[in-house]
Order: sequence, then structure tokens, then C-alpha cells
Amino acid sequence: MKGQVFAITLVVMSGVATFVMFISTMDSLEYTRTKFYRDYNFADAFVHLRRAPESLIEKIKDIEGIRQAETRVVAQVKLDISGFNEPVNARVISIPDGGKPLLNGIYIRKGSLPDPAKDNEVVISENFAQAHNFNIGDQFAAIISGKWKKMTICGIALSPEFVLLMKPEAMSPDFKRYGVLWMNRKALSEAYNMDGAFNSVVLTLQPQARLSDVLRAIDNVVGKYGGFGAYGRKDQISHRLLSEEFKQLKTSSKIFPSIFIFVSAFLLNVVMSRTINTQREQIAALKAFGYGNYDIGVHYAKLVVLIIAAGLISGIGCGIWFGHILGDIYMAVYRFPYLVYILKPWVIIAAVFVSVFSAMAGTLHTLWRAAKQPPAEAMRPEPPAQYKVSLIEKIGLGKKITQPSKIIMRNMERKPIRTFLSIIGISLACGTMIASGFFKDAVDYMIKVQFVLSQKEDMSVSFFDLTSRRAAYELQQIDGVQYVETYRIVPVKFINGHRSYKTVIKGMEPDSRLQFLLDTNLNKVTLPSSGLMLTDHLAKILKVRPGDKLTVEFLEGSRATREVTVVALVKQYLGVTGYMDLSSLNRLMNTGDSISGAYLVTDKNKQEKLFLEFIKTPRVSGTVVRANEITNFYEIQAKGMLFFTFIATLMACFISFGVVYNNARIAFSERSRELSSLRVLGYTRGEISYILLGELALITFIAIPVGFVLGYWLCAYLAYALASDLFRVPLTISSKTFSMAALVVLVSASVSGLIVRHKLDHLDLVEVLKTRE
Amino acid sequence: MTKKKTRAEDTAKIVFHVEDLTKTYHMGEVQVHALRGANMELYEGEMVILLGPSGSGKSTLLNILGGLDTATSGLVVYRDKDLTKANEQELTEYRRFHVGFVFQFYNLISSLTARENVAVVTEISKNPMSPDDALELVGLTERMDHFPAQLSGGEQQRVAIARAISKNPQVLLCDEPTGALDSETGIVVLEALERINRELGTATAIITHNVDIAGMSDRVIHLSNGVISEVNINKTKKSPGELHW
Repeated sequence: MKGQVFAITLVVMSGVATFVMFISTMDSLEYTRTKFYRDYNFADAFVHLRRAPESLIEKIKDIEGIRQAETRVVAQVKLDISGFNEPVNARVISIPDGGKPLLNGIYIRKGSLPDPAKDNEVVISENFAQAHNFNIGDQFAAIISGKWKKMTICGIALSPEFVLLMKPEAMSPDFKRYGVLWMNRKALSEAYNMDGAFNSVVLTLQPQARLSDVLRAIDNVVGKYGGFGAYGRKDQISHRLLSEEFKQLKTSSKIFPSIFIFVSAFLLNVVMSRTINTQREQIAALKAFGYGNYDIGVHYAKLVVLIIAAGLISGIGCGIWFGHILGDIYMAVYRFPYLVYILKPWVIIAAVFVSVFSAMAGTLHTLWRAAKQPPAEAMRPEPPAQYKVSLIEKIGLGKKITQPSKIIMRNMERKPIRTFLSIIGISLACGTMIASGFFKDAVDYMIKVQFVLSQKEDMSVSFFDLTSRRAAYELQQIDGVQYVETYRIVPVKFINGHRSYKTVIKGMEPDSRLQFLLDTNLNKVTLPSSGLMLTDHLAKILKVRPGDKLTVEFLEGSRATREVTVVALVKQYLGVTGYMDLSSLNRLMNTGDSISGAYLVTDKNKQEKLFLEFIKTPRVSGTVVRANEITNFYEIQAKGMLFFTFIATLMACFISFGVVYNNARIAFSERSRELSSLRVLGYTRGEISYILLGELALITFIAIPVGFVLGYWLCAYLAYALASDLFRVPLTISSKTFSMAALVVLVSASVSGLIVRHKLDHLDLVEVLKTRE
Repeated sequence: MTKKKTRAEDTAKIVFHVEDLTKTYHMGEVQVHALRGANMELYEGEMVILLGPSGSGKSTLLNILGGLDTATSGLVVYRDKDLTKANEQELTEYRRFHVGFVFQFYNLISSLTARENVAVVTEISKNPMSPDDALELVGLTERMDHFPAQLSGGEQQRVAIARAISKNPQVLLCDEPTGALDSETGIVVLEALERINRELGTATAIITHNVDIAGMSDRVIHLSNGVISEVNINKTKKSPGELHW
């Protein structure tokens, strides 16, 4: 039974380890986030505006429900970093001169806050510092309002506002090309022409305040100062991404451990029922000596607990270890000052309870059957097994089947539940593999749709302010630019009855050669000359269909409100956006020929020269190179994905090995007598192996397609459960993922087959024949 | 009967020739000498009973003759073949094509019917009889489609005999074939063995510790303490029906 106990231990360990890993990582991240938010006074609400006099803060503070409010100056700047010849963007945030901010505090990892007497000192965000290998005292230039200013790094810091740092329009974080800087208020205001004014407010609310009321009141106060719409914490980008990640973790922590727990319960059931059956006589003897059913039950319960104890202990150990690794992986992207690893006692209690309970449930039935037998009956050996002609033979396919094949089929049919559970067990392993491979397939597909099929530009250029379309002609004149297409992005709030959603409308050129909108079948959708197109997911959120009218509140400029007809939907996996014809959008907003940026096709050899040009051009706020976006997207996903795939593959191997090996061992001990008899009758080792391993092979071969179906369902559920407005996981599974899953199952089945084959080769023919069954 | 006697003297018709056969087992630190230099012969068409108390070495001898076990020293020749020099593969082939076995506990495949249990052997034999014919020889035509669980002990043993002879073996080796049966059923089984020996001329060796069975054989070989202590020739063979125990 040693091998079987080992196999069960592996499966229990897998289940407990994944359970502990997912839950503890989630708890740790959640706890760390809460602690960081609390210790560093993360704001409850935010509002950005064009410019308002400092005195306005009093009016804001008077709004009912607001506890604290702090004004800031926030500037989008371009950086010139020697040795890195690409435009780098940064968000500069003011901090009170010589003091710490009241809200959204900063955690200084290294160095200190800027000296109030100096106007050129900055604190920079940690991942930006690491991406450029910056240290205290290093220098770079910032171009603030067109003025070139040399800055010295005095500190490296983290903030609850930027746990995940991402450019607002970007699809993935790019720590090299986007950073956060903190400067003294006075120095920044002077450089940014914001003396005595502010353009950002962060607030905390009274405990009983209603967020929506407060936001509305704020919008009323700041509206005429060019407010971009107040929003709560849940719409704050870093917080939102983090919440999405937690949601994903929660989904995984439900699905994967349940699979393992199910399989280990099944294995324990099979092994225990076999053990108890072989110990019928001992049980009877014990009962004859006067032991009660209860005593015998306790004895076997102890055995079950012993068997799973090793799995539990090693599982908890591995879970903690994996949890730390996973936590570190998250920490590379999500920046907390520290990760407080916590393993709540209930996680361990739950792991112990669930494994013990499922193991007991698995064995109780057999135990009950053994215990209720009168001792005299139990002391007699079990009667010969009853068999029937198998279904396949009955329907007439049996004529040409050899006797060994008949043995295989009748054995499988005699214990249909066990056969069924074995198939399910192995197919779950196969399904787990598919689910883990699916993540990579989904990311590949997202990238293909989003960055390859929908976008064709080499880079996009964004402007600081709304610009006339004439800027496009200027871009066209630059050496190295081969083709230019313009776009406009307007922040909006879509409203349909009581449903509303804040996002942007992207105005695109008609018949664009660089930007494509696709439908579900990846066919190009023509942009209509008027009306609005929506990402399918956004239409779902707003409950609108093509033909419906939607209220659009522009959160920029005149802040007009318009009724627009939704004309079509677009399939998109990343983000949710509205699309309009550029001219039609400008007409709707009365903004003439405005653009906010351009897509370029460039001469690859002249890209570096172009970057230098853009760093110098005051109007250009930044560039996004499409190839970099793809790389970044992969990089962020890759580490977590690789680790997850590794764990899932390992677990799937354990499961399929555990199931196949246990089946094989049990079949071996149940049938070694018959197999020996056949050896005596002149059957070769290979021929008797066929009977035992043929059954396992058949089960495995049936289990693989079943596993494909289960895997597909699992992926469909994951895609459904993980869908958010940030991204939808496309349900696409590559043939490589299917083959890999099948391969892993086949290899682990073959390994257990080989172990049993080894045992078959060493059958003691004489010994078996002497003993009675 | 007379024909067999002359055969017994004809050395050309020897099926088994056993010379100075020893077998030593290691049971932990104890050495068990199961055979200490046994010498015997088995002739074509004859029926021999190997008689002896438990531990006398008769099962060990039968297992070596049947290619289930290997000797420590000595010589076992089956026709022209030296079994003591045969490898695993040759022994398997030997069992497959030349020997039929009958055991005390039948050793049927419980998932196969009587007919299929016979077919297990006929499928891999070179020149088998049909399973139906084999079962008819043991009087089980009516029960051919029954599974072992549906057959009595005696019926199961007769299926085992049908299975053993269905390959038309040169020799039939039976280890306590009636050991698990009551005398009435045991006699039916012995009748089947006797009929096969008579009708097919298959050389048959039966192990037993039951002296009463000895009367139905041509010769009785007594084993004690790992050697052949005595060989008796039955002048008049009894039919199984005349036996009592």
C-alpha cells in the first residue's frame, strides 16, 4: 500500500497546496493593501480640473460628507533622460513644501522628501527608478510647460495611489516610459504656472456620507473650473486593476482546489474500500472479541487521517512556499512597500476539515458495509465476483473480441462507478492542464486581436492639448514619418436611464488604414459617418442595443450633453470604449477640427531620430510604440502565467499519476491471482500486461476526450468569471494546449503503467496458486 | 492396460526424465530442502499418482515439471528438452503448448463464462480442440455459458480440466484436484480425468495426499522428505467409481 499512500499524499498535497497558496496570497495582498491604504491615507474620492483658485477649497470642504480635502497640482510632463532616447512621460504631483501630504501619503523607500529651499529636487516612484537604475543624486531633465528643467533625485518612494502604475490610455504598464514624480508645491506651481491655484483635489469622506451625492456636489462646485468629473476609489485605475486581480485570484482559489479535493476523496474512497474488503476477516475477528462498530470505525478513521496527514502537512508547507513565490510575482508589478504574508488560521482549519471530511465521506460507506456484517459472515471469504456479459458484446460487437479483451470490458462494466470516477479523475487532470494553457492562449489571442489585427501603426503620438488638424501636416513633414492618421479622445459619461459608465469616445478617421474595428468573427466593421459604436461589453453594461439612443455627457470643454444613436457593436477584449467618426465627433462637440494625437507609420531606421524630435516638440506629450506595448503586455503576464502553468502542470501530473497508479495497483491486487493463472496457462508477460494495462489505457483514452470537454467548460467558466470592463478573456484554446494536456496525461499514465508492469513481471506464480482467494 | 505396461518399459516413450533433482528454498534465514535428489520418469499415456504427506516435496516436483519453478540442481528432461536450462521465455512457451494444469482452487477467470475460460487457452494454442468439445468431455455441455460464480465447486474444477486438456497437451499436471471438494464431487472430477487419460492418452500426473485415490493410477510414486521413497505399479486399476474416502 506504500505506493498508493504516496499517490494519495501527492494528490491531497496538491489540493491543499493550491488552496493555501491562492487563499493566503489573496489574504496577504488584501491585507497589505488595506494596511497600506490606511497607513498612508489613501483618498476616497478624486477630482481633476483645469485650474481653480486655491480659495475654492473652502467651498469644497463645506460640502456635506467630506472629512478631509487636499488640493494638489498635477502635471503631465515629458522627461529627457540621457542614455534613453525615447520620450518618457511622467505625472508630477505636488506635495506640501517641506511636509508630507495629508492624503495619498508617500512611503519613502530611500532618500528623503525634497528640500523646501530647493526647486529642483524630486522624489520618484520605485519601479521607474528600478527600470532606469536611478539612484539618489542622479539627474534627468523634465520639460514642464515647454521649459526644460534639470531635476535631481532626492528620494525613491511608493504611494497607495500608484500601487499599479499605468499610463491612462495604455493597455499595459511600462515602467521605463512612464513614472510618477513628487515635487514641492511651490516649485511645481511656478514651473507649471499654477501659482495660487490647483488642478487636482483628493478627498476622504465621512463614514456615513454617500459617495454619489458627494461626487455630484463636487462636480457642481468645480464644473466651471474645467472639472473632468469626480470619481470614487473604485474608478481609480490602480485600485481598480488591483481589485480585478483579486477577483481573478478568488475565482482560481475556488476552482482548482475543489478539483484536487474531489480527486483525493475519490482515491481515498477506492483505496479504503479495497483495504477494508481485504480486512473483512480481521474486522470480524475484532467484532467477535467484542469490539463495537464504533471502535472499528474509529480505528479506520484514524487510518484515513494518517494517510492524509502527510498530504496535509506537506500541502500546507508547499502552499505557504508557493504563496510567497506568487506574492513576490505580484509584488514585481503591484508596488506595496512590503508584503505582509498572512496565513489566517481558518485557511488551515478549512484545509484540514475539507480534506478530512472528503476522505471520510469517501470511506464511510465501505466502512459501514464492513461494520454491519455479522462476524460469522464476515469471516468467510467473499463469494466469487459476479459478472455479466458486457454491453458491447450484447450489441453484437463481441464476436471477434479475444478473451483478454472481454476480461477488460467486463471488469470495467462490473464496477461502473469506479470506472466512471477514474475517467472523471483523469479527465479533470486533463482539464486542469487545458485551463492552465488556456491563459496563455487567451493572452496570445487578445494580443493578436488588439495589437496585431486592430492596430497597424508603428507608434502613436499624443498631444498635451487639443490641437488643430494642421498638426498632422506638420508631423507628415518630419523626416522618417511615412504616413499619418489623426484621432481624438474625449472623456465621456454614457448614460442610459439609471445606468451610466465613464470612459472615452475615440474619434477615428473614416476608412482608417491603421486602426480597425472588428466584429466577433474578426471581420472589419466600417465606421459609420454618424452615430456611435460601442465595445460589446459596454453595451452589455449599459443595456443598449444597436438602434438605441444613449445620452453622452462630455467631460471636457463645454461639458455638453448629447443624445447619440448606437449604430453598431465592436468586439474587444481589452477596455471598453465608444467609437465615432472624427468629424462627426467634433461636430457633436462644436470643436471644429480638433485632434488629440496621431498614428504614424515610420521608417524603422529613423525611429531614434524621431524620438529625439518628439522629445523636443513641446506639443507632443508622449509616444507609444506598438511593439513595446506587446512586449510589456507579455512581460507583465508572463511571470505570473509561467508560474501558474508550472503549478497547474505539476498538479495535473500528480492527479493523473495518482488516479492511474491507484487504479493500476488496485486492479493488480484484485487480479494478480487471475493473471498468475494465465501465466501458468502459458500467457506471456506481455499478454497478461495487456489485460491490466489495457484497461488502464482504455480508461485513459476515454478520459482524454472527456477531459477536453471538461477543460473547455472550465475555460468557459473562467472566461465568464474573469470578465470585467478591463478585459474579457476570449474563449480560445489552441490545439497545442489540447495536445499538451493529452501528453501530460499520457506520460503520467505511462509512468504508473510501467511501475505496475514491473510488478507484473515479478509475479510469484507458485505462491498465488497455493492460496485460496 | 497391457499396452501401457509395455510402454512403461519402453524408454523411447519417456515424457519426463528426472535425475537427482534438488530444490532449496530460502525462507528468511532458514534453508528448506524441498527436494533432496529425486529420480523418476513419466511415460506416455500413463496415469501416475504422486503421494505423500504435506512437506514431502510433491508440489515442488510438480511445479518444476510444469515449468513454474526452477531446480536448484539436477536434471529434468521433457522429451528432448532440458527444462533446467530453459529460460523464462522458453518455459512460458513450454507451458503454453505442452502442459495442462489443474489446481486445487480451480483458478478460473471469474469474468469469463465456462466456454470462454476454455477459449482463453484455445486462443493461444497451436492445435486445440474446440472449447465446446473440451467441455463435452467433462460433461458440462449444459453449463457452458455460466460464469464461475454460477457453478458449483465440482463444475468449476471440471471447467478447469476442460481448459487444461483443450490445448491437446502431452501431459496433464494436477495438484490436489479434489482437495477442495467433497468425495462425491471429487469422484466426478476424477472420472473426468480418467476419461481423458483413457480417450486421449494424455500422460497424467496427479498430486494428492489422499491414499484412496491411488488405486485409479497405473503407478503410485511415494514421496517423503524430498526423495522418492517407493514406486508401486497397480496391477489392477480401479475406476473412480469404485473409490471411497
